[in-house]
Amino acid sequence: MKNTVISVRNLVKKFGNFIANDNLTFEVYKGEIFGFLGANGAGKTTAIRILSGLSKPTSGEVIVAGFDARKQPEQIKKNIGYMCQKFSLYEDLTVKENIMLYGGIYGMKKQLIRDRTRSLLERLQFEEYGDRLIAALPLGLKQKLAFSVAVLHEPKIVFLDEPTGGVDPITRRQFWEMIYETAARGITVFVTTHYMDEAEYCDRVSIMNEGKIEALDTPAGLKKQYQAGSIEEVFISIARPGKN
Amino acid sequence: MKRFLVFVKKEFLHIFRDVRTMIILFLIPGALILLFGFVVNTDLKNATVSFLDLSRDEMTVKLTDKICSSGFFFRGENLDSYQEIDQALRGNKIKAVIIFEKDFSRKLISDGKATVNIITDGSEPNMATMATNYISAIIADFNSELVTNGTTATLLVQPEVRMFYNPSLKSQHMFVPGVITLIMILICALMTSITITREKEFGTMEALLVSPLKPIQIILGKIVPYFILSFVDVIIILLLSRYVFDLPVKGSIILLLAETMLYILMSLSLGILISSVVNTMQQAIFISLVGMMLPAILLSGFIYPIGNMPKIYDWISAIMPPRYFIIIIKNVMIKGTGFSYIWKETLFLVLFTLFAIVLSIRKFNIRLQ
Amino acid sequence: MRTIYYLIRKEFIQIFRDKFLGRAIFAIPIVQMLILVPAVTFEIKEVRLCIVDKDMTTESRELVGKLVGSTFFKVGHTTFPEREANELLNRDQCDLILQIPAGFGKDIGKGTPTQLMASANAINAMNAQLSWAYLNGVILDYNMNILAREISSRSFSPIPQIEVTNRYWYNELLNYNFYMQPGILGILVLAIGFILAGLNLVKEKEIGTIEQMNVTPVKKYQFILAKIIPFLIIGLIDLALGIAIGILVFNVPFEGSIWLLFLCSTIFLIAVLGLALLISTFSGTQQQFMFTGFFFMIIFILMSGIFTPIESMPVWAQKIDLLNPVVYIMRINRMVMLKGSTFQDIQTEFLALVLYAIATTTLAVNRYRKTA
Repeated sequence: MKNTVISVRNLVKKFGNFIANDNLTFEVYKGEIFGFLGANGAGKTTAIRILSGLSKPTSGEVIVAGFDARKQPEQIKKNIGYMCQKFSLYEDLTVKENIMLYGGIYGMKKQLIRDRTRSLLERLQFEEYGDRLIAALPLGLKQKLAFSVAVLHEPKIVFLDEPTGGVDPITRRQFWEMIYETAARGITVFVTTHYMDEAEYCDRVSIMNEGKIEALDTPAGLKKQYQAGSIEEVFISIARPGKN
Repeated sequence: MKRFLVFVKKEFLHIFRDVRTMIILFLIPGALILLFGFVVNTDLKNATVSFLDLSRDEMTVKLTDKICSSGFFFRGENLDSYQEIDQALRGNKIKAVIIFEKDFSRKLISDGKATVNIITDGSEPNMATMATNYISAIIADFNSELVTNGTTATLLVQPEVRMFYNPSLKSQHMFVPGVITLIMILICALMTSITITREKEFGTMEALLVSPLKPIQIILGKIVPYFILSFVDVIIILLLSRYVFDLPVKGSIILLLAETMLYILMSLSLGILISSVVNTMQQAIFISLVGMMLPAILLSGFIYPIGNMPKIYDWISAIMPPRYFIIIIKNVMIKGTGFSYIWKETLFLVLFTLFAIVLSIRKFNIRLQ
Repeated sequence: MRTIYYLIRKEFIQIFRDKFLGRAIFAIPIVQMLILVPAVTFEIKEVRLCIVDKDMTTESRELVGKLVGSTFFKVGHTTFPEREANELLNRDQCDLILQIPAGFGKDIGKGTPTQLMASANAINAMNAQLSWAYLNGVILDYNMNILAREISSRSFSPIPQIEVTNRYWYNELLNYNFYMQPGILGILVLAIGFILAGLNLVKEKEIGTIEQMNVTPVKKYQFILAKIIPFLIIGLIDLALGIAIGILVFNVPFEGSIWLLFLCSTIFLIAVLGLALLISTFSGTQQQFMFTGFFFMIIFILMSGIFTPIESMPVWAQKIDLLNPVVYIMRINRMVMLKGSTFQDIQTEFLALVLYAIATTTLAVNRYRKTA
């Protein structure tokens, strides 16, 4: 039996009359890379905000890391990391100061924060940037750093909302290597994206369209099911069912 | 030109979409003018005084009544001894103590002289002087009654006064010009400096700068909507003061409006100047509010006449544009005098506007290079 | 507790990383206090009096002499034509005109009443009334002299007169600096804390960093406290600087307990910082916060009783003013510094501030949403 860390049943989220999430049901297992694929406005961000305790579901049952998203959002927050599409480290703090801040917030000991900072900077080959302001870093570095900070406290799950938006292909590649390393450490990665090629890197992918989950399987399984050569083709056949 | 108009329209939409800011922009001047009209005034009214009457005779009772019925004072608890004075003043319950000496009436009749001692709370000097002055005036009046009652003599010289420009002695005459001056400079400088700095801070300024619009057009496009809004504000204030406080514009309305436009333009250029030296909205707001609010209230002659200040402030306040506009608006609105009385002040505002614009353009150009 | 420490640390780094603001929060109060405090006075130094003497007799000259001799009036012009005098008033070159009519001396000699006409520039009603009262005083004195001469020639009984002596307690020489300094200090401390704290929170909303905070387990009260404490500390440092300037530069006496003053100021600051944060939870952009905040601040300041007496306001306005925290701190500052008031004397104001602080911070914590 696989170890379930996220369990969603009949999740609905409405804004007025607009239904952003329409009856979502899925599970995510420990240590996997779970992709949420969809066009802009498909409801990915809404779903990820509910899962991370930032927003309340209208109805349905959402259990993340063993806690109910409706009743115990603060408990969830202790067990997750989060990085959103709008870059959000403090621009007017240095790299080290940002790490120190978030480490402190998650209750890490000072010495531990220092050790992790050192190894983190080493791993990113970033040592000389430690005392630079975030504002002075190129976007790609910022994104990698934001991700490292999001998993600094070794959460059970990390949510990444379009983490690679606007980044060059090389950085994107390095970013995905970091995701793999993280998953290998047993941290579940929940990632949304609209890059089709990125979906290929996921263990399992769910494809969203107009608030609904249209398909959910491993990339290979999806291609087989839709008799497509790539996820992109799968996506197109889902988004434009008339053509099929 | 067409491009420019499109840009101005976009800026307008931008402002109007923020409903709350719009409401406040019109609420602030309206509320402040009503506040000053109905609430805040510098007259003495209802100041609580206590009496320490060591004689309690006919004369002191009469004088006490006269003081308490004047309308300026409110009678507080009577005191019984000198020891109680400190406690009463320290607890801030009363503003003044009036002490009648022992054997007041007897001394007055036999020696022709008796003493009233007024003790006021000097920690509020304004209140203290006013209370002392008013009580002294009431006693002086009482004195002259004593003369005319006791003898057949009458006071030969009878002075009369005409209060020019403000016969009913309303404090609105003082405050309406002040409020217009204060609010316009703060709001205009705040609005322009924020709106321009915002583009800088969020990096959207660069997008505008690469557009075919010239920098000067961008700046103009940003201030035109605020110019119009501020002008509407002034008109609201003038209408309120006309119909609520019965304070019409005595001089030429055209002249007043023209001078107002000049002042708004000056304040907007000040905002541009601020935005040219700061990098973030926080800084812009800090300069426009913390840096300018108190000087604009205190050194403009709004509440405190500059003539009463130490000499050096004549020079310090000379670089404060609000000072000149208050003179202009008082002249045109209340005295009804013409342009020949205010050309110097007008000239100063023009010079200040040009100075601010030239300086900000230079700053702006340096930044672009 | 550790979480709050890290959050506060971050705020301080951010505040002082902004070189301009880091300096301005201390420089602006110092400079403004030094410049503004001595400027403000309600005391009328001199009234510029213009006399139109159409009589030119011994009697009229005696009156003019009395006016010239008084320290209150500065007789700048004595012109003959009335028109010229009115022009002076129009050009704001004199404040008060006194006209002595022809025949003034003759009337007095005959013992018939005669009239004097004064014209005052009454745009500033208070000044006009005060100068008129002084003029009246001089004229009354003049009247008494005439009467005394007349009566003493007839009888020996003196004219009964009540003498007035007066004293200003707590500020014998009526030094306005003693009054304005604590007041201006209070306003500066208010403005700096209020604006910085409010903007700080809205800015995090505007640039999106608050989102990142909201997915952390930081508690709401921790977040709000971490926004209050840095500005509280800055405010108290400003206050200490201000008090030092008051004592060293303006010789303001400090009669009461400095600890009591700091205690009250701390509560006052918590109250207004809480209010600023409350307003910023309702605002989406720095601009919105600024205009709402500006509205509150200017009303608080102008109704604080420092520029105009609270007693002169209508009763309903005084009731509204009960919600103005600045009123309380102004009173406390003045009472503790100048009058040496003790806790007993200020307990009402103290209690009001405590309630205010509890209300605004609780509301701010409640209004701040970690989830949408």
